[in-house]
Amino acid sequence: MPRVNPIYSYKASPDQFADKPTHHPVIIVGAGPAGLCTAVDLALQGIKSLVLDDNNTVSVGSRAICFAKRTLEICDRYKVADRMLAKGVSWQVGRVFWRDELIYNFDLLPESEHKMPAFINLQQYYFEEYFVDRCEQLEEVEIRWLSRVSNIRIDDAAVYIDVSTEGGTYSLSCDYLLAADGANSSVRQSLGLAFRGQIFEDHFLIADIVMHSDFPVERRFWFDASFHPGKSTLLHKQPDNLWRIDFQLGQDADPELENRPDNVIARVDKMFGDEKLDYDLEWSSVYTFCCRKLDSFIHQKRVIFIGDSAHQVSPFGARGGNGAIQAVDNLSWKLAAVLGQSAPSRLLYSYDQERQCAARENITCSTRSTDFMTPKNTMSEFFQFAVLSLAKDYPFARSLVNSGRLSTPSVYSKSLLNTQDRDDFSPLMRPGSPCADAPVMLGGESKWLLDFLGNRFVCILYIKKGFKNIIKKLYIATQKSQHMEFLLVTPTACPLNFTENIPIIYLQDNTGLVRSRYDLCEGSVYLIRPDQHVCARWRCIDSEQIIEAQRRALGYFLPENHEKNRY
Amino acid sequence: MKKIDTKANFDDPDGFYSELVDLYGGRSPDEVGLINARLILLLSNHIGDIDIVREAFAIATSQLDIEAFTPHAPTP
Repeated sequence: MPRVNPIYSYKASPDQFADKPTHHPVIIVGAGPAGLCTAVDLALQGIKSLVLDDNNTVSVGSRAICFAKRTLEICDRYKVADRMLAKGVSWQVGRVFWRDELIYNFDLLPESEHKMPAFINLQQYYFEEYFVDRCEQLEEVEIRWLSRVSNIRIDDAAVYIDVSTEGGTYSLSCDYLLAADGANSSVRQSLGLAFRGQIFEDHFLIADIVMHSDFPVERRFWFDASFHPGKSTLLHKQPDNLWRIDFQLGQDADPELENRPDNVIARVDKMFGDEKLDYDLEWSSVYTFCCRKLDSFIHQKRVIFIGDSAHQVSPFGARGGNGAIQAVDNLSWKLAAVLGQSAPSRLLYSYDQERQCAARENITCSTRSTDFMTPKNTMSEFFQFAVLSLAKDYPFARSLVNSGRLSTPSVYSKSLLNTQDRDDFSPLMRPGSPCADAPVMLGGESKWLLDFLGNRFVCILYIKKGFKNIIKKLYIATQKSQHMEFLLVTPTACPLNFTENIPIIYLQDNTGLVRSRYDLCEGSVYLIRPDQHVCARWRCIDSEQIIEAQRRALGYFLPENHEKNRY
Repeated sequence: MKKIDTKANFDDPDGFYSELVDLYGGRSPDEVGLINARLILLLSNHIGDIDIVREAFAIATSQLDIEAFTPHAPTP
């Protein structure tokens, strides 16, 4: 049975019949991963949003399928990760073949004692479906399907749009228009913004097949297999016995011919050779890709681009979907702080600064994978062959085989929101880093550190002996700020004896992993942003510094004129 | 930052040079290309310090003086 996507119906909105255009604080164009996640994130910070999508269903075909650990942690903050983990599949063992010979296996062996696994494979349509369901639980979010946005106008006060539906066209205005409408963004096109980068000529065929036979759950990658000579082939598993196969086709392939089901099936049959597998072809697509981005993700202060509309990467390395979710994570708290008037509007420019760096990093990483798989010139062909020929016997060469790397999150090291380290710390968890998870105990119950971070600023104090005056001083400082919570981490099991009746959450670092992962000692303090990134840390601190660091992270010290201060 | 070591390090430089040149005797251009690639990979990894490797890249690619280079030796 082929999968059937849910259908979301068009419903007329009272806005259509209003005398004058209704104003919304935030309108999101596109109910894909980036748009839906943004709506959820904003809702968790108390901000209402309206999502407009020109379609009435979720993604057709599996598309983004690899959700990496940091994305799962963000989705856990959105309370969607449980469903993703329940459905998603994972593999530990990857096998790399070269000309029909297994040249090596690798085992991912992720670092233990994290709540989330290194990654899961899950079809994009499930991801979107879970987020539509999540949006429906949140009264701050409204999704309008079959609603196409056009005629975008921007002035100093607002953004104005027209929305076309089967029930007619109506106008709306908003403070911020978020363009999450994908690689072919109509918002971007209608504003005439240049999307610059590199176009790759190589064609790839994706085939999703439903496997009825048993097949091992592992990732397999072939260079120059006899069933697909001179090119690469990738096979990996998704839920529902669905397998994704990526065939590199080369520059001269005829996309239409290659995508004909009989030709796709012929390729798959040839690949499995004598194994006589019983399978059905569910979906296939022939694509080329681009690595490109907008020069600025913010247009005229009020239109903000997120995900593929802002930056597009090659599919190798899973940095499209994962990069989009990290961009959402970065933007949402800032937009909420600006709309809630706890930060100046220039804070939004730090989204552009931090995510431009991340986009460049993502483009670099995915381009490197592509360049290894598709040698650009004769010498890179020699090097690819040399690496593969050495990989079977020499471990160093295996590290050079790049068949797509696991997506890792960006560290915003250069961010102007960071308070630079003054004290001596290990470079891990330096300001700009996403927080590492670790097991903790709360009142005798096992929990995870990340469960206590996010959605607001958190000040973490690590203390063994519990000098009451330090705790009290910091607690009072954090109470001066509306958006900061105070978290005490101690190695000991028994609660420190507070006589002052201070309502502090204190976590026991029972395994010592919080201490080692964050390089903590008596009196160390971390300030964590609402997106679970470190913005400052000290060995010993007075309360003024923490307030100043929070103001820096909220953009109060950013230059007024962003355009003159491009990084 | 460590610097590339460019003083003479071999006890028997003539012996090294002769063994190096002998690697390529009677080889086709493709074989030569592959041998070079494998050698560069092995030696670079052995050095294992990107700053030193980068310095070698820089020296190797600067002042190529390609116009002055006209090979005269007979093809093997």
